[in-house]
Amino acid sequence: MGVIARRTALTAAVLGAGSAALAGCGSPLDPRGGGGGEIALTVATNAISGGKNADEAEWIERWVIPRFVARQREQGVDVRVDFLPSGVDDEQYKTKLALDLKAHAGPDIMSLDGIWVGEFAQAEYIKPLREVAGPDVADWAGWRQISAKVRALARFEGKLYGIPAGTDARVLYFHKPLFRRAQLPVDWQPGSWQDILDAARKLKRLQGVIPLQINAGTAMGEATTMQGVLPLLFGAGGRLAKGDRWYGDTPELRAVLGFYRDVYRSGLGDPKLQQEAKGRDKSFERFAEGSLGILAEGDYFWRDVISPETGIAPMKRRDNDVGYALIPARARHEATGGRDHVSLSGGAVHVLNPHTRHPRQAFELLTALHSAPALKARLGDAAMITERDDVNDAVLDKDPMLRFCADKALPVTTFRPPLAAYTAVSLALQEATARVVAGKSPESAAQAYRKELEEVLGGSDHIIG
Amino acid sequence: MRTGTNPVPALLRGIGAYVLVALALAFFALPMLWLAAAPFDAHPGVTASLPDFTLANFKRLWNNPNAVDSLASSLILAVGSAVLVVGLSALAAYALSRVRIRGRDGLLYALLLLSSIVTGTAAMVPIFLLAAELNLVDSYLGVILVLTGGLLPAAIFILKDFMDTTPRSYEESARVFGASPLRVMWDVVVPVVRPGLATVGVWTIAQVWGNFLIPFLLLRSPDKSPAAVVMYTFYTEGGQPDLALISTFSLLYSLPVVLMFLFVSRRYGFRFHGGIKA
Amino acid sequence: MAATTSSADPSPAGPQGQETAEKGKRRQAREEPERDAAGLGRRRAAAFLAPALLLVALFLVLPAVWTLYLGATDYRLTGIPAIDPAFVGFDNLTKALGDDGFWRSLRLTLVFVLGSAVIGQAGLGFALAWWMRERTGRLRTTLEVLVMLAWILPSSVVAFLWIAFLDRDGGTLNELLRTPGAAWLLDHPMLSIVVYNIWRGSAFSMMLYSAALGNVPASHLETARLAGAGGLQQLRDVVFPRIRGHILTNLLLISLWTFNDFTPFLITAGGPDGATETLPVHIYKTALGSGELGYGAAISFLMLLINLVVAVIYLRLLGQRNKSGTAGKKSRTARRKARGSGQKEAA
Repeated sequence: MGVIARRTALTAAVLGAGSAALAGCGSPLDPRGGGGGEIALTVATNAISGGKNADEAEWIERWVIPRFVARQREQGVDVRVDFLPSGVDDEQYKTKLALDLKAHAGPDIMSLDGIWVGEFAQAEYIKPLREVAGPDVADWAGWRQISAKVRALARFEGKLYGIPAGTDARVLYFHKPLFRRAQLPVDWQPGSWQDILDAARKLKRLQGVIPLQINAGTAMGEATTMQGVLPLLFGAGGRLAKGDRWYGDTPELRAVLGFYRDVYRSGLGDPKLQQEAKGRDKSFERFAEGSLGILAEGDYFWRDVISPETGIAPMKRRDNDVGYALIPARARHEATGGRDHVSLSGGAVHVLNPHTRHPRQAFELLTALHSAPALKARLGDAAMITERDDVNDAVLDKDPMLRFCADKALPVTTFRPPLAAYTAVSLALQEATARVVAGKSPESAAQAYRKELEEVLGGSDHIIG
Repeated sequence: MRTGTNPVPALLRGIGAYVLVALALAFFALPMLWLAAAPFDAHPGVTASLPDFTLANFKRLWNNPNAVDSLASSLILAVGSAVLVVGLSALAAYALSRVRIRGRDGLLYALLLLSSIVTGTAAMVPIFLLAAELNLVDSYLGVILVLTGGLLPAAIFILKDFMDTTPRSYEESARVFGASPLRVMWDVVVPVVRPGLATVGVWTIAQVWGNFLIPFLLLRSPDKSPAAVVMYTFYTEGGQPDLALISTFSLLYSLPVVLMFLFVSRRYGFRFHGGIKA
Repeated sequence: MAATTSSADPSPAGPQGQETAEKGKRRQAREEPERDAAGLGRRRAAAFLAPALLLVALFLVLPAVWTLYLGATDYRLTGIPAIDPAFVGFDNLTKALGDDGFWRSLRLTLVFVLGSAVIGQAGLGFALAWWMRERTGRLRTTLEVLVMLAWILPSSVVAFLWIAFLDRDGGTLNELLRTPGAAWLLDHPMLSIVVYNIWRGSAFSMMLYSAALGNVPASHLETARLAGAGGLQQLRDVVFPRIRGHILTNLLLISLWTFNDFTPFLITAGGPDGATETLPVHIYKTALGSGELGYGAAISFLMLLINLVVAVIYLRLLGQRNKSGTAGKKSRTARRKARGSGQKEAA
């Protein structure tokens, strides 16, 4: 009898004791924290030291948290703050947060992509900041430093849900040595789509060079929408949504798809690159090694990807070899609002868990993540467009490229509509570009997009045109 | 292959067979070359080539706060699940094999089919909410129980077959000497089906070792993340893989299962039904 | 998440494997396994079963049934339906059945299963087992270990190996074949994942067939071997009838396994443009990518039904084949009778 009976009993004991022990202590899932007088808070972002967004993770763990804890202690409050790192795809990170919030648990403070704010708010996973932390939130001095435009990232249906954590801009990068070889000006600033195509045609004469990379297709994911379709759509004077209704098969969309056709069907872009699972990484490598002429990308391409020291595709002579220009409207004054140029922006937002047990301290920690000294510490010698004007004034001078983004691109930028259906609409746009790259006409791709919209929105009620 | 009579076709056939075997060797070995080369390369690319030899990648990995811990977490999850799966499935399989229970096979097949739903993404919400309800979030136990539940039907299926083919006569004689059923199982059946238990154990460990979704959904503390989850963190903001870390970690991550397999196959024999000559 | 997706599983063939699920009750009493040699008795047998069944009920059946229920709602991960999901009945199912994307995924899945499992893994697995059957030595061990390694390595590692192997610029395959720039994953996406899956899973068939061949009496194998030029025919007449049960059980398991395999996603992400979006990938994209959990659950249900159909077909075939196997020459009436009665005999 012996051994196995004892084993079974042991297993049972382990199972029983295990669950009992678990029931007893507060797991990190439980935002109310552990027992005792100590106030426990948790912060979660999609960053992990030694992995994805490592510097952000290290900054929170080593700079923000210790200082916050020390300050609270000075005020006689005993606080313990834990950082919950992640280092996964955004979709997976989002799923995990949504599940936690659904179970009325999860971290006290979390970072969301600005585009998720709407759907999380609709699901009542998050609540307006004022409802969670009280009317005092308006007293935070930092608000004055955050422009209304950037604040819009954290806004849904007129209410503010959190504090934006910086923003970004999209521009056209070009490889100056290739431009010289193609006898193009190194202070290039296209004024229309035609100018882009003309430059690309000249680049095409160079051996082994892909002239132009405008992201297309579903493999690039959101990069296709952000760096491709939307800047073009807004540049053609089109719109994506109005209220909660989406534009369907419009002349502007057809124009955008026509541009894709011009690029990919006349050898100005590499259609294969648009289909590869790692196509975007490859486009970075190509640009860095000088076999790609023009690339539409966000500012992090400059800050991170081709950064001379720390980049994934480092360019030692980045500051000399890489030029940047605003993305032009289809033609002068044709962009939305009669503008000549466009850009697109996004960014993360830090929000509070509506079920936090310590809303006051949680809000204080939230503001601590957005104080001027904290942001400066985060950047160190690097530069980035932060949410705060005062910090931007100080840090952007370190990097003319980011200064350019803040001064020239942000004034003409647009944010994506914060609606729950956005993800599905964005996918439909990516598919439309994929069709064109694969050889369909822009007209039929636009019609297919309209049909796809009906499917994802459940009918035509929410479609214009 | 034909003996004696005509050496020429035999020779040709022999050569043909070896060419095919060489092709098979190449087919199975080539994709793995990268794993052998890249971790030792100072600048690994995607090509498997003679490395620009360095051990720096291992050092970098060693300094990575999550890498080493994650292997320990994986070990806990894998061993915990394997113990539960092997133990519970052996008991269940023995009972099913020796006692006739109505609708038994239908039940087993139904469970096997259901297990394909639970391992898919669509089931993540129910699994998560269930674990939250039972207070099993962020505990190894939660992950182990969920994984065990998913793997048990298959394990019982495999083991029942092993049990079916073991000779009953020893059990009967043991019973004549007054041994209890558990004793009979432990002393008589277990030694005979050991290769089966080993197979199920290795299989469970391999499954748990590679599982990403369940630990990702259910664990929260960074120090509990197993290797399968940590593997996905070696990316940068733009989502580019860090090939040096990934290749090195892949090698370390693979080694334990490989060693375990070699050990088990040497010690117990790693095979399916038919290995036991009833 | 990949590895477990395949838990529809390995199991050896055995007497019970040759039985159809729905015909389980008709099991012949003369089969030995029923003998309660240890004097377990029903009550103790139930006690032996209880812990496993309890765990399975709680952590497998409950979430699975819950998922099936979600399939009848418009539940989403976020947005308004997340708090207030509406019951939509069969709407999700009809939506899926009317969606070209679903049918394309189903077709791709069938190609994947047929090409990589039924033909590829089973064929290569048998060839390997046949070659190894009475060989020893270093060559055999090396080959066996390599084949097993491919099976045992974690999915995420394996996915990376194949991405690197097939890479367009500088992948090992292109270096070897001197075909720089050949985009295997883009130009031949299905072929790539089929070949990948043959590489990944042949070990299982190899092990199972090795075991099966081990049960074929040596004298029969000798006959097959001595047959010379007509070897294949001998193989068909002498060896296959003896291992028919194993073959079908193997096919059943690897088919289900491959059907639910998620690893291709790790290599191709379902691309290019959905060319490798098999059903598990389709579900992943629906449930996680678009957050449509209700719809994703409904597709899971359809997948379960298809799995069921596949399983039933195999199990019927198993009954039928065994019948004709023993009868030697297959007569039409015997086959019809076998199909009709669904009864089987031991091979």
